[in-house]
Amino acid sequence: MKTLEELKILREKSHKKMYMDGVTRGVRVQVGYGTCGIAAGATPVYDTFVNEIKALNLENVEIVKVGCMGECAFEPTVEIVESDGSKTIYCLLTDRRASEIVEEHIVKGIRIDKYLLSKIKR
Amino acid sequence: MLDRMHILICGGAECKESNSVELRDLFKSEIERLNLGDDIQTALTGCFGLCALGPHVLIYPEETLYSGVKLEDVREIVEQHIAKGKPVDRLLFKGEFDRKKFRNRSELTFFAKQTRIALRNCGVINPLDVNEYIARHGYEALGKVLTTMTPEETVQVMLDSGLRGRGGGGFPTGRKWQFCANSVSDKKYVICNADEGDPGAFMDRAVLEGDPHSVLEAMTINGYAIGADTGYIYIRAEYPLAVQRLELAIGEARELGMLGKNIFDSGFDFNIELRLGAGAFVCGEETALIASIEGERGMPRNKPPYPAVKGLFGKPTNVNNVETYANIPVVYLKGADWFKSIGTEKSSGTKVFALGGKIANTGLLEVPMGTTLREVIYEIGGGIPNKREFKAAQTGGPSGGCITAESLDTPIDFDNLIALGSMMGSGGMIVMDEDNCMVDVARFYLEFTVEESCGKCTPCREGTKRMLDILNRICEGEGTMEDLDVLESLGKMIKDSSLCGLGQTAPNPVLSTLKHFRKEYEAHVIDKVCPAGVCSNLTKYVVLDNCIGCTKCARNCPVGAIEGKVKEKHFIDLDLCIRCGACKTACPVNAISTKPESWGAM
Repeated sequence: MKTLEELKILREKSHKKMYMDGVTRGVRVQVGYGTCGIAAGATPVYDTFVNEIKALNLENVEIVKVGCMGECAFEPTVEIVESDGSKTIYCLLTDRRASEIVEEHIVKGIRIDKYLLSKIKR
Repeated sequence: MLDRMHILICGGAECKESNSVELRDLFKSEIERLNLGDDIQTALTGCFGLCALGPHVLIYPEETLYSGVKLEDVREIVEQHIAKGKPVDRLLFKGEFDRKKFRNRSELTFFAKQTRIALRNCGVINPLDVNEYIARHGYEALGKVLTTMTPEETVQVMLDSGLRGRGGGGFPTGRKWQFCANSVSDKKYVICNADEGDPGAFMDRAVLEGDPHSVLEAMTINGYAIGADTGYIYIRAEYPLAVQRLELAIGEARELGMLGKNIFDSGFDFNIELRLGAGAFVCGEETALIASIEGERGMPRNKPPYPAVKGLFGKPTNVNNVETYANIPVVYLKGADWFKSIGTEKSSGTKVFALGGKIANTGLLEVPMGTTLREVIYEIGGGIPNKREFKAAQTGGPSGGCITAESLDTPIDFDNLIALGSMMGSGGMIVMDEDNCMVDVARFYLEFTVEESCGKCTPCREGTKRMLDILNRICEGEGTMEDLDVLESLGKMIKDSSLCGLGQTAPNPVLSTLKHFRKEYEAHVIDKVCPAGVCSNLTKYVVLDNCIGCTKCARNCPVGAIEGKVKEKHFIDLDLCIRCGACKTACPVNAISTKPESWGAM
């Protein structure tokens, strides 16, 4: 890549993909995967999301490993970003809770309030 | 939820023009005027997306949305809605609005109160996918610098931004670049100091793990500005994940042409290599770091000559810290004026703090310079758990000092912290409550520096060791009043006569606790009592009257020093007790105390 124009084209393309432009019901699952997240057990959580989504054959769901979002005391945290712009942060997850989130939130679109960061935080 | 009510005021660009900042302040002062309590939060949030009808105010937990709120409406909203719970009908928003969007992230004070520049991508992008970095304007700053600016202009922007080094000292980054740019040489180097060694600081690791490309991009800009074609990232081997992600990121950047030859067709070449350190604290000092990269033993040398004149392999070298670099692409994207508008006059921008210790939200946060310690600890940090009292916050790790409750409202910036006898350091912040013994805290940090002293100069090698001996003596109950004076004079001498920053700042934790908590030292020396109940030789474990007789303490005592019948108050035989604290941890009702009040010593 040699010019700013080329970079701009790539940016627009990547932005579209990352923010799910034009996708009707897109979901992006961001699993906190810094050292803090991994130490708290983000790996089984990530694996659960990947396996369940695969087993359910869901389209337009992307699972990504991201860095630390700062709430290290509440890891493993997962932020669910949807194509309508809504963002939900779940915290202190386990593999079982992760599959619950897939079934309820991702498949049926129902938030599970009891795992929300805003509910659990003291 | 932490707070009873949240008032979110849209702080998007268009709403800002219609007074959102004044609105927020007015809400605050009205709430104060009516004494409605401090569990009502006000915050400016991102754009609500309804700009035509702004400014908007969203009130949680009811999710009431008001639009077109004017300054004169604030009093009515506070008096009617906040105080009495009756929404003001005439101001209610009447259109379609997807409330779900603003429910979660912005509702949390933790995020709403932060301004994220260095951490802008952490926890948002996939660090292993350069396209996601690019989606968030990655490498645009580099393209702009290389295609439209001269190296001199690049340095000038850095000077104008007022960015100061985030690694500890707070030296203006622009001036550092200027010195290095002015040195004449056929070869120059750029080094990223990722040897994060302060106990309790982990922001550099978070940036490298969560957003490695921002550091690569900034180093390349740095190389162009000073005329260097090679960069090194000196990172400790204890950060394997960061190392792995950096390696992958460097590979991706090379593939994309963001590193290598003729970047952006400008004729500028730049490459970055990693150098792993074995994790010595002294290697955070730039001359020691340079020696370590050269393959020598990591020891500092005399300055001048500064690295900007004679650095790595004898060539001019610029060394900056990870967090400093993470800020740089944004400075070039949004301009020096924008960056300078954030923070305080002499400390522009934001600072990342790693919050730890006795605090509800252990983690990383980024706030504008000038935010008060109270806001950081009580609002973003969520306060101190278990209803304990705040005692002090330790900033700057083993080089810093303590900030006490009286200084909670001081705006945090480089100069104010130094005036308080502490320092910014890399931004570790350990919160301590009434259960922390300050002598013990000072001893902990000194133990660290004694171990990490490289031994090159005598004051640091011998002086810190002697100070530690004295502290150990005090904690064991064998200290004298003379010891306190010796600690002070020895500390000052080590500060004045050590070779590098490690020794020059090593006595700070002791001097600052001596200054602010002299009474605690005196209690150890004169009364032979540790007021916090930490130093085992100077404390006693006693069972209080609220004992429920559950026998847990007796079962957990390793030496069988606790006696008592079921459902009756237990007793500890102090002659047998080894002060291990197992009973205190086991007690379900907090009936075991080490506080001198409880055993009648104070």
